[in-house]
Amino acid sequence: MEEGSIEDGEKMSRETEVAPALIAIHPLEKSVVVAVGSELRIFDLQGDWSITLLGEDSGGPFHTDAIRAVCFGANGRVFASAGDDKLVKIWNTESWQCTRTVSSEKRVSAVAISHNGAFLTFADKFGVVWVVDLERDDEKAAPLLAHYCSIITSLDFSPDGQFIASADRDFKIRITVFPKKPLDGAHEIQSFCLGHTDFVSCFAFVHTSEYPQGFLLSGGGDSTVRLWDFISGTLLDTCEVGAQAELVESNGEECPHVVTDICPSSDGSLVAVAIQSLHGVMLMCCNFSARTLSVSKVVTVGESFVPTSLGMSCSAEHLWMVTGASNLPNSGPLAHVRVVSLCQKGLDPTVMEDGAVPGGKKLLEKLQGSSTLAKHGDALVAAAEAVKMAMRNLLIKREYSTEKRELRKKSRNDRKLKQIL
Amino acid sequence: MEDQKNNSGRLPRKRFYRARAHSNPLSDSHFPVPLTPSHVDYSLHYPYFFPSDQDTADDNGDVAGVSQAPIPICNSKIRFVDVGCGFGGLLVSLATLFPDTLMIGMELRDKVTEYVKERILALRVANPGQYQNISVDRTNSMKYIPNYFSKGQLSKMFFLFPDPHFKEKNHRRRVISPHLLDEYAYTLEAGGIIYTITDVEELGDWMRSCLEGHPLFEAVVEEDLEKDPVVKLLTSATEEGQKVARNGGQTYRAVYKRIAPQAVDENSEVKLVSMD
Repeated sequence: MEEGSIEDGEKMSRETEVAPALIAIHPLEKSVVVAVGSELRIFDLQGDWSITLLGEDSGGPFHTDAIRAVCFGANGRVFASAGDDKLVKIWNTESWQCTRTVSSEKRVSAVAISHNGAFLTFADKFGVVWVVDLERDDEKAAPLLAHYCSIITSLDFSPDGQFIASADRDFKIRITVFPKKPLDGAHEIQSFCLGHTDFVSCFAFVHTSEYPQGFLLSGGGDSTVRLWDFISGTLLDTCEVGAQAELVESNGEECPHVVTDICPSSDGSLVAVAIQSLHGVMLMCCNFSARTLSVSKVVTVGESFVPTSLGMSCSAEHLWMVTGASNLPNSGPLAHVRVVSLCQKGLDPTVMEDGAVPGGKKLLEKLQGSSTLAKHGDALVAAAEAVKMAMRNLLIKREYSTEKRELRKKSRNDRKLKQIL
Repeated sequence: MEDQKNNSGRLPRKRFYRARAHSNPLSDSHFPVPLTPSHVDYSLHYPYFFPSDQDTADDNGDVAGVSQAPIPICNSKIRFVDVGCGFGGLLVSLATLFPDTLMIGMELRDKVTEYVKERILALRVANPGQYQNISVDRTNSMKYIPNYFSKGQLSKMFFLFPDPHFKEKNHRRRVISPHLLDEYAYTLEAGGIIYTITDVEELGDWMRSCLEGHPLFEAVVEEDLEKDPVVKLLTSATEEGQKVARNGGQTYRAVYKRIAPQAVDENSEVKLVSMD
């Protein structure tokens, strides 16, 4: 009987496997991309029109399963998308043509493009990071590095391009020297950033002109945002976001304040943080000389808007937020976009009205699938809850009681044999 | 703190610590893992060298029944690791060969770890002042090496008679693999040595080719191997090694040295030579 319930639980977790909606902003705010489910929705802000994707000449043009990672690379010249269909696609951001499709052996959980646009890296669900030479046409990806059988949640290059960072569900962030010949593998580990007490869900590099090397910011299931000297792996500061978020939300419920996305401005002056318990976004400030981190403001959005992904262009005029999920029992894919205006220094950041966002109603129609979808509070709550559950199922280590663990062992093959004998 | 039976100083008997020969390194762990290398509790592993505050407060000076003041040793960090230490034969031999070096065994099977713990405690009681520099922890070395040791901390790593994992599907469970060697290279100091040995020819070939193909490792030349007292212990000290010898089996050994990264500049070559 008990066994049955365990199996049910596992089946359930497969059914409730939803992917959060993602957003990516062109560094010069030329375009905005929202990924929801297998769909890429692109709006060209420069030309003020919706983009219709053109596929490759050969093979299936689009993703066929949930997209898990998107990013612009090489100053916005290229865009990469990847996910559960084990495909990594490279897009030319002028023509929005898919220029390359790379197959992965496993589902892809993160992508990053080197600053010079020469290499694409992506991580699979078994903890292997692969590298593809974008300047050569052979399609094979070569293994670059690996976290031992752990899901890699985030992947990126350091500001100077010297290092590649990878974070996993085993509380680790690994900083590896990105070699001159990455196809031969990246074998020299610079440091491990250890200190998170639960899975690491996201990280981002911050740097200024005075501190070009920069620091690393990371967030995770332990309700903290941490500041690292990633060269030595030293933890510089820890910001408990739970207390700060509760001040605003105070719903009295005990829930972990999982940090889901970190998005710094390119000048390092501002860091936006998305937290699963916060209907809005937390703005943080990193003091580079004192090596500290502090919360400067919490911007609430209301309407049950818990952002699943954040984006900012180089100018840091707007903070783009999306919430939604790949599939919901009643409504299918759902994405909802809001924008926070950051442009006026001195003035408080404010959430823009739908009509006032760059691209206006036309943009929202494209990215959300409808400009008026907005006030479906219930659907948004359901989406936020589904995304939260999916993330828990994926990244949290289940704690079983001793009895339950013994019970699970009974289904082990060697024990079964013994019982028969 | 310690179990009653340790005070007798009698060695534990293996028959009470029977365990399956294999353990799945991929499964989620349900044992405590140190958050960082500085969280490894040395006072728990080496109470003789690192008396905890409690011990000193109790005026329990004769922790090991020798002297009041613990003898400080030059190297305060763990320097040798026996990965998959099994029943601890190598550690026990090394303990007296390098009495000033701290070493630890890592073992995934909890019952086996318990045996080694008891064995060390018994040896400590029976031989006052000795075996204080070895300890064991139950952990998954394939996942948590960076949680135990900082960059360049180790001078020797041992991988003796590891699980062969014959099926190709399970090769990723092998403890020597191209990707895991990156982590071992990270924890080893330049010049540090990795010792591997197996009685399975296929695995021997695999371990050698992994090490040979890795840019941060270089084979230790034969004459250095002959001078190294540790090399002889690889077959004679471990339980597995003795078993192979009893059955007249063959062993396949690969001993490699951690070298400084090449290609940084030409000077690194010079540095390497001068280090020997």
